[in-house]
Amino acid sequence: MILMTALLFSCKDRAPDVQKINYKIGSFDPAYGDAIIAGSIGEPSVLIPMLAGDSASHDVAGLIFNGLIKYDTDLSVIGDLAESWDISPDGLVITFYLKKGIKWADGIEFTAEDIMFGYKTITDEKTPTAYKEDYLQVKKAEVLDRYTFRATYEKPFAPALTSWGSLVVLPKHLLEGKDITKADFNRNPIGMGPFILKKWIPGQEITLSSNRGYFEGRPYIDRYVYRFIPDPATMFLELQAGGIDMMGLSPIQYTKQIETEFFERNFQEFRYPVFSYTYMGFNLKHPWFQDKRVRQAIAHAIDKSEIIDVVLFGLGSPATGPYVPNTWPYNPVVKQYDFNPDKAQQLLREAGWQDTDGDGIVDKDGNPFKFTIITNLGNNLRKNCATIIQQRLKKIGIKVEIRVLEWSAFINEFIDKRRFEAVILGWSIGIDPDQYDIWHSSKTKEKEFNFVSYNNPEVDQLLEQGRRTFDIDERKKAYFRIQEILADELPYIFLYVPDALPIVHARFKGIKPSPIGISYNLHKWYVPQKFQKHSIEP
Amino acid sequence: MVSYIIKRLLEMIPTLFGITLLSFFIIHLAPGKPTDVLTEMNPKITPEARERLEKLYGLDKPIVEQYWVWLKRIVYLDFGVSFSTDRRPVIEKIWDTKQPFMERRLFITFMINVLSMFVIFLVAIPIGVSSATHQYSLYDKITTTFVFVGFATPAFWLALLLMIFFGIYLDWLPISGLKSMDYESLSLFGKSWDRTRHLILPVFVSAFGGLAGLSRFMRSSMLEVIRQDYVTVARAKGIYESSVIYKHAFRNALLPIITLLGLSIPGLIGGSVIFENIFSIPGMGQLFYMSVMMRDYPLVMGILTIGAILTLLGNLLADIGYMVTDPRIRAQ
Repeated sequence: MILMTALLFSCKDRAPDVQKINYKIGSFDPAYGDAIIAGSIGEPSVLIPMLAGDSASHDVAGLIFNGLIKYDTDLSVIGDLAESWDISPDGLVITFYLKKGIKWADGIEFTAEDIMFGYKTITDEKTPTAYKEDYLQVKKAEVLDRYTFRATYEKPFAPALTSWGSLVVLPKHLLEGKDITKADFNRNPIGMGPFILKKWIPGQEITLSSNRGYFEGRPYIDRYVYRFIPDPATMFLELQAGGIDMMGLSPIQYTKQIETEFFERNFQEFRYPVFSYTYMGFNLKHPWFQDKRVRQAIAHAIDKSEIIDVVLFGLGSPATGPYVPNTWPYNPVVKQYDFNPDKAQQLLREAGWQDTDGDGIVDKDGNPFKFTIITNLGNNLRKNCATIIQQRLKKIGIKVEIRVLEWSAFINEFIDKRRFEAVILGWSIGIDPDQYDIWHSSKTKEKEFNFVSYNNPEVDQLLEQGRRTFDIDERKKAYFRIQEILADELPYIFLYVPDALPIVHARFKGIKPSPIGISYNLHKWYVPQKFQKHSIEP
Repeated sequence: MVSYIIKRLLEMIPTLFGITLLSFFIIHLAPGKPTDVLTEMNPKITPEARERLEKLYGLDKPIVEQYWVWLKRIVYLDFGVSFSTDRRPVIEKIWDTKQPFMERRLFITFMINVLSMFVIFLVAIPIGVSSATHQYSLYDKITTTFVFVGFATPAFWLALLLMIFFGIYLDWLPISGLKSMDYESLSLFGKSWDRTRHLILPVFVSAFGGLAGLSRFMRSSMLEVIRQDYVTVARAKGIYESSVIYKHAFRNALLPIITLLGLSIPGLIGGSVIFENIFSIPGMGQLFYMSVMMRDYPLVMGILTIGAILTLLGNLLADIGYMVTDPRIRAQ
């Protein structure tokens, strides 16, 4: 053992013997061939988008299926399978005009009937899907002709347009009359996307091969392999050993472990904000937290940049509201709470909290200010945030306990039953800014998502307004105002937006980072002929 | 003997029933439901949609009725369909007949465990015997320290060190998984060599931690035997020491090992989660862990039931083994 440890230290000096190819200099021409191996912690369970609940399933299914529309790199909506679309002036009718000549991987043409079939399936009672809700808003769906599909709504519903993504497109000719949950199709799907499922070895890997008839052109990379490596440390070793070409790094790996000549020469790293944010939410039913000044005091006592530096090693940005910076709904000029313990103490005093007995903890009516922050097990970032907040609040005389709970118990016993004082959690947010379910005062029942019990009639009305119009300027106005109110009232203290940190082998070219990530144009990535590593299997 | 075995087998039925009953209720006591993966923290889900989902999974029925439904199926050896979103039959997840033999979860775990058990026996028995015959010598102390270091070393830490050393620094062995990317294009010999290379580190790591138990067991069992009168008699008769130890004492010292063998049968299909995760080995440990986390009741119950049956059979086999090898027990 001692010998082994000694060897381990000695090998720090010696980079592995790999050929010293310079991948980064020169001009490169796109070429077909090679394979890309991506590492993933989780394994997909089903490859039908509407049935999938986990991100691994959606990642792979997203390469096999396309949607009617998709997001462009600037977050605007553009056509995918649809050539164009019309929205009636009253916002009730959306008509999609499909591109012609798109074929399913088995050669049958894709038509409006397939969308109709997908729509019927997702709204079917018997389909176990979590995404039904947007489609139940549709009053009438109709196929006007082979390439035209129309959905009519009861009320204008802005998120409706983007709901027609990849969730509802299914090949009617293969699935009609079958039970979708039992059909062989869900582990052996036929799509029309850039890649086709070739082989799935449970627990090990999924191999996709390129769709030569892909309607946006044959992808340059011939094979996409999705390898399941549940342990992040192992995955990082596999990256160095050449076992995988692409993975997401953790902040510590990004800042401390890849600054070597080896990584410099062989890999390219990317960094962009993820569509999510981490927050500390207050139970607004709790008498202490009903006072806005108390929440503002806590906001002044927390140093967000400290949290980002310590927890994320600087790889994130402070959050000021429920949207990601530099996206269209994001309002950059809302009330900010600088780190100011004196002001925090002053606000607490105003709210009647003072340390009368000299024990270092502020009190009011004889009750010392003690509360518990709960968060879920398995997310160390959140736990670390809680610890930092604990330290900071101690300085202004608030005693904080931290409880970390297993996910199911956390949700069922504490969040759903409102048995918490404060909570640290994160939301993944869609690109559409509608957040009705999180902030509207009608969404406070058990299992609903306004679990902090936020209630503001103006916000309610703005949320309603924002989802009932397609006009982007009008929506922007509503969501900007919502952010101003939230920043003032602080039902949550918005902590940070983390960065995604993907790393890809340097032989892959054509990667264009954008606000929606890097993999949106996977079919245009290529490996120049001289760098190709894997040849096609015989 | 036959009537004894039949009696034991019949006794197993109520025991098994009790085990499944307890397991079923305990797993349902844990908060959470299999539908959580679709509904938790998903703003798009409504209460009605959640109820519909629970109904689809039969979770709206009282728990006693759910158990009854499960029990009725299990009598026909039907383990049901997994509650995870893929809705595959439980048995297919454990023993996927669509995959080649080598890729089935149960087989993978079984193979690694058998190999590592083989290594453990191969190394631990000689260590145990020799440290018993050289009791309190320097050799005894060194081997004892060695096996306890193995016992105390966290598997994930050792695994990572070995992966860095053999996988990256020396570049001799693959780091994780069961086979290489170019596996399909290899010759038959190449394929088996490829698989062997992938197994070296996992088998070593899992065997290293298991040496202590067996070698200590062997040592104390041997110490007990060599203090018996018949060993003294054999020595007094002038038989060579090696033949006293290996021919006379050794056989009797092995008897308790039979119990250990029997008891390790259920362990052969249960994999370690940490260990399987770190080497990305798709075995039973991973499957069981995921099924518990997802509250995939049919799969949890399936694995527990198979485990229970094997434990009971293992006990029975150990007893039978004892009867076959030890005349003293047969006489009772």
